[in-house]
Amino acid sequence: MNDITRADVCAAAVADAFKDDGEIFGSPMGIMPMLGVRLCKLTSNPDLVISDGEALFLGDVPPIFGKPDVVEGWIPFRRVFDVVAYGKRHVMMGATQIDRHGNQNISAIGDFAKPTRQLLGSRGAPGNTVNNRTSYWVPRHSPRVFVEQVDVVSGVGPKRAREAGAEKYNDIHRIVSNLGVFDIKGADDTVRLVSVHPGVTVEEVQAATGFELALPDGEVPTTREPSAEELTIIREVLDPKGLRFKEVPA
Amino acid sequence: MNPRNKVMSIDDVVGRLESGMTIGIGGWGPRRKPMALVRAILRSDLTDLTIVSWGGADVGLLVEAGKVRKLVYAFVSLDSVPLEPLFVRARQDGTIPEIDEWDEGMFFTGLKAASERLPFLPVRAGLGSDVMVNNPDLKTVQSPYDDGETFVAVPALRLDVALVHMNRADAHGNATYLGPDPYFDDLFCMAADQAFVSCEQVVETVELTADTPVQRVLLNRMMVSGVVETPNGAHFTTCTPDYERDEAFQRHYAAAAADPEQWAAFKERFLSGDEEAYQAAVADFAKEATR
Repeated sequence: MNDITRADVCAAAVADAFKDDGEIFGSPMGIMPMLGVRLCKLTSNPDLVISDGEALFLGDVPPIFGKPDVVEGWIPFRRVFDVVAYGKRHVMMGATQIDRHGNQNISAIGDFAKPTRQLLGSRGAPGNTVNNRTSYWVPRHSPRVFVEQVDVVSGVGPKRAREAGAEKYNDIHRIVSNLGVFDIKGADDTVRLVSVHPGVTVEEVQAATGFELALPDGEVPTTREPSAEELTIIREVLDPKGLRFKEVPA
Repeated sequence: MNPRNKVMSIDDVVGRLESGMTIGIGGWGPRRKPMALVRAILRSDLTDLTIVSWGGADVGLLVEAGKVRKLVYAFVSLDSVPLEPLFVRARQDGTIPEIDEWDEGMFFTGLKAASERLPFLPVRAGLGSDVMVNNPDLKTVQSPYDDGETFVAVPALRLDVALVHMNRADAHGNATYLGPDPYFDDLFCMAADQAFVSCEQVVETVELTADTPVQRVLLNRMMVSGVVETPNGAHFTTCTPDYERDEAFQRHYAAAAADPEQWAAFKERFLSGDEEAYQAAVADFAKEATR
């Protein structure tokens, strides 16, 4: 298996972010999070609850963007907010910017009153981050994404959550990028490197990051490679069309 | 005795609207939007509107037409085209006088508060985020119980008018959605002083549940002021299962919206006439695409 791609490594890293979640709603936004969550359900955490991203809980695990044969429940948008408040949910969102303290921006770049780049809007990020476990997926790690301070705080990192009295359910779990895996467990609640993907150096990750990364004690581990079983699932079951390469080119 | 008949025309609905009103638009992003009614507002001389919407092309079009004084939203997106081009341009040019960008859960809660005639409801969403900074009128509230926890006091999103689009309605205002998701259309109607329902087809009451479970009758007539039949009226958004999103048309819209010259041509072709003219132009566009 010496033809393992970076995208395959990312899929397994996303899957690992959900492996200890137990019986909760794994809620991915985007191609790689969807692939990783479904990989997780087929391997390390079969109890995970997954949806089609529209209104159905899936009773089986179809390929990404595929139709299910079995439906096990109903999750229209309004009930997503019920589950957010209930707390049994782990969402992996995208991020146009993430800062040193794990705050995320999907709202606007520049001055909010008259942005240089208007993005989607804050969507559910403020609510997600103070209610349920939240992770982020960044397909192109760069100093433009990983910034000292986000222009608009949509998703709330642990430090700001505490300052606002909203730390009770704030749980920023992992950031998975095309270069490595991160948590927010550095000193003063800062982004810390958990592992670098195979073939990536710590120096490369630091150079692609717009703030000084916290590092783990000792040598920085290498993100694990997916197993032969996982590779088969990724390539033959979940993503035979190779949609993952749109986000992380082979 | 039957309850009263509320069937009206698109122009009747617009006749009930006034400049300066707060109007909630149902559906979600590019899904089951009351686009025929939105297009009618574009043609009207209404102005200074406050628009409350899970935003899609409804928001882009109304903003571009200069109808909006204030926009209340959590996101604006066309799904397969992630960013709504007319909304993006308006934000970057600073042409929307007032902006309330909320978290989606807050938005849901604000509609619930309005529908329950409460001044606010408490939620965690918003705490610690710049939603609180960019909307300085938002206040927090402390639990009166021993926990003493702080919450955002989401103010009621009270509406003058709600506009929603359903698959079927009867003449009295009972209405069903037949797709996967009710979205928040009942809340929009209950949050509003007047609610107008456009639908694919007006049917007899008995037909509302002839081939679909009663749980899909989302709107009861007591929530509804008027009913308009507007076939293909959600175009180019989804109206599952009657039709899916018109992706080819949406791509055309998005490409045109990104270029002032093309946009003028788009408006001339599709938005210069009434709803019938719009539907004819869309049919013509579809024919062209398959040629």
